Amino acid sequence: MHLVVCIKQVPDSAQIRVHPVTNTIMRQGVPTIINPYDLFAIEAALRLRDKHGGKVTVLTMGPPMAEDSLRRALTYGVDRAVLLTDRAFAGSDTLATSYALSQAILKIGQTYEPVDIVFTGKQTIDGDTAQVGPGIAKRLDLQQLTYVSGVNEVNLEGKTITVERRAEGGVQILKSNLPCLITMLEGTNEIRRGSIDVALAAARAEIVTWNAAAAGVAEMGKCGLKGSPTVVKRVFAPSPRADKAKIIDIGGLTPDAIATKTLDEIFNRLPTIEKELTAMAQG
Amino acid sequence: MPAEKFDVIVVGAGPAGNSCAYTLAKRGLKVLQIERGEYPGSKNVQGAIMYANMLEKIIPDFRDDAPLERHLIEQRLWYMDDSSYTGVHYRSDDFNEEAPNRYTIIRAQFDKWFSKKVQEAGALLILETTVTDLCFSGGKVIGVKTDRAGGTILADVVVMAEGVNGVLGTKAGLRPRPKPDTVALAVKEMHFLPSDVIESRFNISGDEGVVIEAAGTITRGMAGTGFLYTNKESISIGIGCLVSDFALTGKAPYELLEDFKKHPAVAPLIAGAEVKEYAAHLIPEGGYNAVPQLFGDGWVIVGDAGQFVNAVHREGSNLAMTTGRIAAEAIFQIKSRKDKFSAENLSLYQKMLEQSFVMKDLKKYKRLPDFMHGARDRLFGSYPELVSKAAQNWFRVDGKDKKSKEKEIVRSFVKARGVRGLASDAWKLARSWR
Ligand SMILES: Cc1cc2nc3c(=O)[nH]c(=O)nc-3n(C[C@H](O)[C@H](O)[C@H](O)COP(=O)(O)OP(=O)(O)OC[C@H]3O[C@@H](n4cnc5c(N)ncnc54)[C@H](O)[C@@H]3O)c2cc1C
Ligand SMILES: Cc1cc2nc3c(=O)[nH]c(=O)nc-3n(C[C@H](O)[C@H](O)[C@H](O)COP(=O)(O)OP(=O)(O)OC[C@H]3O[C@@H](n4cnc5c(N)ncnc54)[C@H](O)[C@@H]3O)c2cc1C
Repeated sequence: MHLVVCIKQVPDSAQIRVHPVTNTIMRQGVPTIINPYDLFAIEAALRLRDKHGGKVTVLTMGPPMAEDSLRRALTYGVDRAVLLTDRAFAGSDTLATSYALSQAILKIGQTYEPVDIVFTGKQTIDGDTAQVGPGIAKRLDLQQLTYVSGVNEVNLEGKTITVERRAEGGVQILKSNLPCLITMLEGTNEIRRGSIDVALAAARAEIVTWNAAAAGVAEMGKCGLKGSPTVVKRVFAPSPRADKAKIIDIGGLTPDAIATKTLDEIFNRLPTIEKELTAMAQG
Repeated sequence: MPAEKFDVIVVGAGPAGNSCAYTLAKRGLKVLQIERGEYPGSKNVQGAIMYANMLEKIIPDFRDDAPLERHLIEQRLWYMDDSSYTGVHYRSDDFNEEAPNRYTIIRAQFDKWFSKKVQEAGALLILETTVTDLCFSGGKVIGVKTDRAGGTILADVVVMAEGVNGVLGTKAGLRPRPKPDTVALAVKEMHFLPSDVIESRFNISGDEGVVIEAAGTITRGMAGTGFLYTNKESISIGIGCLVSDFALTGKAPYELLEDFKKHPAVAPLIAGAEVKEYAAHLIPEGGYNAVPQLFGDGWVIVGDAGQFVNAVHREGSNLAMTTGRIAAEAIFQIKSRKDKFSAENLSLYQKMLEQSFVMKDLKKYKRLPDFMHGARDRLFGSYPELVSKAAQNWFRVDGKDKKSKEKEIVRSFVKARGVRGLASDAWKLARSWR
């Protein structure tokens, strides 16, 4: 089977800085990593490949330096890495990103083997929208399985897949047709460590690099800034809270007593609120 | 599958390993470089001042794209007590030359850039991989094992560029573990400030930069120094002392740094900055006498792993680069004549080093570590106070005649240390400086 994993190179949020004066994010010099959620997608794909045979291709859209992330993915043992890079993609929001990626996935299917499953992470740690996976599924008309915590079974003859999906209040077991798109939940597996041979092969591997034309991206109006209706109005760092959190001891209290005690605490601290709320309640 | 074989395996992607791998790859050797960090530089700590001359010898046009912060136009040497410093400053517009001589850098960025060059030159790099063992056959090093699954990787020569606390050579019995009185422990912080604030505080503009090197009571009687370097939008500040002194006094490095930052001469320079990085690292400071055996059958040691640091001049990365380059040149010569990488042949590396500034400088200061250590309570305790008091006495205009002031100053030194003590310190300093 052929599994395509979309990964995004993101700044290591643990080391990101906000410019103290301009309030913009200072990306320069901040180390980049593979979006942590995407590692679960890579491992899930590798496990399926190990079980059923086939190939795993990783795909990223980003600047040329995103090659670092692809090379790292190769050290985990994926078979092929594709970098989609073109100035025309700069400034892409989730709509434009999912368009470009979907076209590249089609191209990967034509160039190599037909694609059975597209994996993405649940979301990224920088954009955080969780929209790109579903966006790709919609454009490629794939079944979408989001927030997947595990793949139970793949039936290659019957072209079906059964997965566990974490939902509010429980776990759903879902069966779907292949091909499909899966967005993988965090904490569901642990990325493997490639052997020394894999690491050597990764260091040598040729990274397939496509610009828009090579990837068969035809409608340039859907790409980059032009294809991105999202407008960033302002970026700012939240100001640190002046007050420390207060811990209210509720040991042994009834729910009513807890509510009363909590409200008392709040009203004590913000005396005007009680009046305002009362006024509001009275119309 | 038979194990793969390389001409050379370089362990580590700091300045020493990168210089070595680059030089070898440029000459067409089959080089594998192995680095344990997530990316080159992720594990590395430096002040950091980078000396252009030594990099030029490896990558002549490095200025085109290397991530450089500021070129240095001013050097301040401060001898400090708790409230003052007595200083020597040297500033010159001559340092605003076309190809400046010294730069501040940020190692994480610099090492990454250097590593890209190494890979472009044709060396193979694998990251997040720790070399765990050297492999021997008949007393000769024939390859390495790593913490990844799989077998040995073979090579004609293994270059240990593993830094000061690399354990590979030690584990194999090729290099003694550095002793606590030959390594300093330094802590360092990065303080972020807008570039215009830095420029006004240090009286500089554009890419100009200032270095402050400091010694005195800031190390509380322990042998060590402090530093403050200007980057584009940040200030690196740090302090370090011999590990053996920390052990003796029970003081923690960060306490020294906190006090250094609060010093009335330092605090205004970093006021209002946002601290974003905190790092600690060892510095080999044992000098010439601490340099271990540098070569053997199938192996050589370069950089900090070989104790190549000139602590007086705060030079380390340049010695690392130079030893890495020279080792590569020696290996290339042996390879070109299709000879064996025996200890005898690899002694060429040592011979070439003896001809270079590296060994000459280390030799010059070979007595200094012992002197500094022996006189540490004076050098980093009583003398800075005496010097400071003397300067204050001299500059304060209070109706006392100058002759009496001179006498007072001389008396204060004699009282503290005695004529013999002073003479002995002076003589030892002069001798160890020669
Ligand atoms: C308010 C806002 C403003 C923004 N402004 C800008 C801007 O001005 N300029 C700019 O360049 N960007 C901007 N971005 C970022 C950009 O829109 C998104 O980062 C990008 O479209 C991907 O969305 P995401 O990071 O939310 O991914 P998500 O939808 O959270 O990602 C889900 C999964 O999709 C996959 N994926 C996502 N992106 C990629 C990719 N590039 N390649 C391969 N796989 C991928 C990964 O598997 C990931 O786990 C902005 C984002 C937001 C929310
Ligand atoms: C606080 C501080 C300030 C300094 N300031 C200056 C300065 O201003 N100017 C200057 O010139 N020098 C300075 N130095 C000294 C300078 O940093 C060193 O001399 C220099 O980094 C030595 O380079 P190296 O390549 O030998 O070692 P390192 O830079 O330490 O590199 C060794 C590399 O080997 C890797 N490694 C180790 N073991 C293994 C293993 N088993 N397997 C795989 N990889 C391994 C490490 O991860 C590391 O990347 C300073 C040092 C410190 C600590």
